[in-house]
Amino acid sequence: MIGFIIRRTLVVIPTILGITIIIFMMLAITPGDPAELLLGERATEDSLEAMREYLGLNKPLYVQYGIFLKRVAKFDLGETIWTRQKVYIEIMERFPATIELTLAAMIVSTFFGVLLGIISATKQYSWFDYASMVGSLFGVSMPVFWLGLMLMLIFSLTLGWFPMSGRLGVDIDLTIITNFYVLDAILTRNWAALKDTLMHLALPAIALSTIPLAIVARMTRSSMLEVLRQDYIKTARAKGLSEVRIVLKHALRNGLIPVVTVVGLQFGILLGGAILTETVFAWPGIGKWLFDGVVKRDYMVIQGGTLLVATIFVIINLIVDVLYAVINPRISVK
Amino acid sequence: MMKKVGILICIFTLLSVGIVLAQTPKKGGTLVFGRGGDSVGLDPAYETDGNSFMICDNVHEALVFYKEESTALEPGLASSWSISPDGLTYTFKLRKGVKFHDGTPFNADAVVFSHGRMMKERKVKFFGKGWDIPKQERPPEYWVSMEMDNTIDSIEALDEYTVLYKLKRVEAPFIANMGMDFADIISPTAFMKDPGGAVRNPVGTGPYKFVKWVKDDSLTLEAFKDYWDKAKGPYMDRVVFRVIPENSVRFLELKAGGIHICQFPNAADIPMAKKDPKLWVPTQPGMNIGYLGYNLKKEPWKSNVKLRRAIAHAINRKAIVDNIYQGMGEVAKNCIPPTMWGYNKDVPGYSYDVELAKKLLAEAGYPEGKGLPEITLWSMPVPRPYNPEGLKVGVAMIGDLKKVGINSRIVSYDWGTYLKRQREQPEDMDLFQLGWTGDNGDPDNFLAVLFDGLANPAVRTQWHNETYHKYMLDGKQTIDQAKRAEIYQKALQLMYDECPVIPIAHSTVMWPAVKKVQNFKLHPTGSVMLRSVWLQ
Repeated sequence: MIGFIIRRTLVVIPTILGITIIIFMMLAITPGDPAELLLGERATEDSLEAMREYLGLNKPLYVQYGIFLKRVAKFDLGETIWTRQKVYIEIMERFPATIELTLAAMIVSTFFGVLLGIISATKQYSWFDYASMVGSLFGVSMPVFWLGLMLMLIFSLTLGWFPMSGRLGVDIDLTIITNFYVLDAILTRNWAALKDTLMHLALPAIALSTIPLAIVARMTRSSMLEVLRQDYIKTARAKGLSEVRIVLKHALRNGLIPVVTVVGLQFGILLGGAILTETVFAWPGIGKWLFDGVVKRDYMVIQGGTLLVATIFVIINLIVDVLYAVINPRISVK
Repeated sequence: MMKKVGILICIFTLLSVGIVLAQTPKKGGTLVFGRGGDSVGLDPAYETDGNSFMICDNVHEALVFYKEESTALEPGLASSWSISPDGLTYTFKLRKGVKFHDGTPFNADAVVFSHGRMMKERKVKFFGKGWDIPKQERPPEYWVSMEMDNTIDSIEALDEYTVLYKLKRVEAPFIANMGMDFADIISPTAFMKDPGGAVRNPVGTGPYKFVKWVKDDSLTLEAFKDYWDKAKGPYMDRVVFRVIPENSVRFLELKAGGIHICQFPNAADIPMAKKDPKLWVPTQPGMNIGYLGYNLKKEPWKSNVKLRRAIAHAINRKAIVDNIYQGMGEVAKNCIPPTMWGYNKDVPGYSYDVELAKKLLAEAGYPEGKGLPEITLWSMPVPRPYNPEGLKVGVAMIGDLKKVGINSRIVSYDWGTYLKRQREQPEDMDLFQLGWTGDNGDPDNFLAVLFDGLANPAVRTQWHNETYHKYMLDGKQTIDQAKRAEIYQKALQLMYDECPVIPIAHSTVMWPAVKKVQNFKLHPTGSVMLRSVWLQ
């Protein structure tokens, strides 16, 4: 088991290195010059030259890559081109918001997805099964942008139950410690802020959870259907165990293995930032930041941001693989 | 009868008291301003974008101010100034008793420091002990693009409240430049404590002081209790600038009461805002110009004036303003906005006239477009303040050109490449769309910067006209504004005759607000001054 984990961990290093090379090459072939974008209509040859010089864009590409690698090795991601801030500070300011939103969305989607999947599987071909599967089809194909606006129109503007956008009301004071607002509110025992931040979290979390919820529900259903047909389930039934016990104790453990993968992958995807959800709900997360970085050709943001996202993705994959081995010990032996 | 008169007098008195009461600014409250993007940084010397200047406008102040709704100048941190007869020396007398937010006094040395740090060669002299100005963080963009290094020779503090600028050349727009954001005065003490931190922790003399900044979310300012001009404000306790990137969501937030002012809404939402009894729509003609230029480096555009004019008359600019600007703009006659001094209202403007266009085209040697190959029309891929949708405008123009027999097609690149290639004026470019947003309210900032190709190869239109070049030099070297206005009017007439570009439109800025926001005025420069704004 330990050997398996070490082997899997070592694979991570060349993967990340490969990613940095791909990112760099993609930046090199993408048209657009950050200096030009920075100066806009008023750019002159002189001012552009000065700016490129300052940004180090005049150096050959391999030199730039070398500088980048050297910095990364020292855990320094450099300074952004536009805001002139350390990249890691910019990330630290925004990443907690993304993690918070992702966690909320994943809790919603995993809980309801697994629940729907189990019920659908045990009551196959019932009206509930049809309804939830058609519903999940809707969930997968619904444009988040539209859904977000609808949620706002109904639950904020008309009913007034939830705030429309942002992370915290402007009249709420919260001492920031970790930048995870829910956690900070609990740590400082600021219950008003806790309530407010949870209320702000509700609509974007629901909007963001629809796609993973649908995927998780469908995955759970098909996986559970397969498991429920296995011989050992028949044996359990023959022993006279209750149906609830059979489903939750015997079937679910095996049925969840592919679901764990899906949840892990979805989690990774969402952590990379949900650009649309973040944009619609004015959620100050990493996705919008990274997107803006691409639009403005802020190489430092793109490099730092993608490196971070890729690393997280690789690490989550690693965790999923290890979890696999824990749930199903046969895997680590192979 | 007397009774009636008495009642009328009573009503009148009550009404006028009511009006007076309604207009007395109320103190307190928090204004929430909804904007589309976050500030990039908060050091006025290095910023280039409106969302950054918006904060600087309220935290910092400059030596001269622009008037509330125009670019006419009035005393700011300098209570008066004088110009030597040869136009080469400017002496500013500073206001006394002004404090920075950190409690340190505003004085001549602070001015020398603030401007001196942007100079390439720092020929500065402090009156007191002064500071060792740290190295520049990066090229100070506006200082460079307003050519301040070519203008200013030295800056010297003569006494605690007098600063003297010696210029290298006569430069009439200099005084207007002193009102721009880059010329804001910062607290040297605060800056020296943490030179790298000025970008996110600004300390100025403005009516509001910086409190906190949550990136991409909100930026909070609070009233500065020791503000020097208490007659003008500040009235509100706090101002929160919230970032809401999506235009329609920002407008919904305004309707729901989550924000009080909504920057750049979708044009389609403006009629709704006008109908809403809870909202009003502050409006201001923008200080900008969107134009269509020719590649004047190549033939036939370079020397065929009739061809250029034919195209000018072929394009239906009113239809473009009505349908694509959705009414948030006006058709341009001159290349400077009508609110600016020097505007020439006698210039007739190019009428939309297909027959005239065809006639001119024939006279130019291309009857019904014959002999003219398919031309390219470069169109901007991004919305700009002077043009909401370059590509749609391009499509409309192609349709118009087709009507007189000219075949054309749209060319577009990503924004950075577009700007770069446009400046190179390549062979494959015939017509191009571009525009400009004014900086300082001086006509020179439009007419010389954009069109005087003989002065600088960096000028994007590369129009080479000796007479025009002479007008521009005269304009810079004449101090008297009335005389300058005459010069620029002549230059605008020349532009109309020669048609180096076709002025398309000046866009209008409309930012809806809730009714409780009082005395909010949009400024032609795009500044957001909240000094005298109050909440009912």
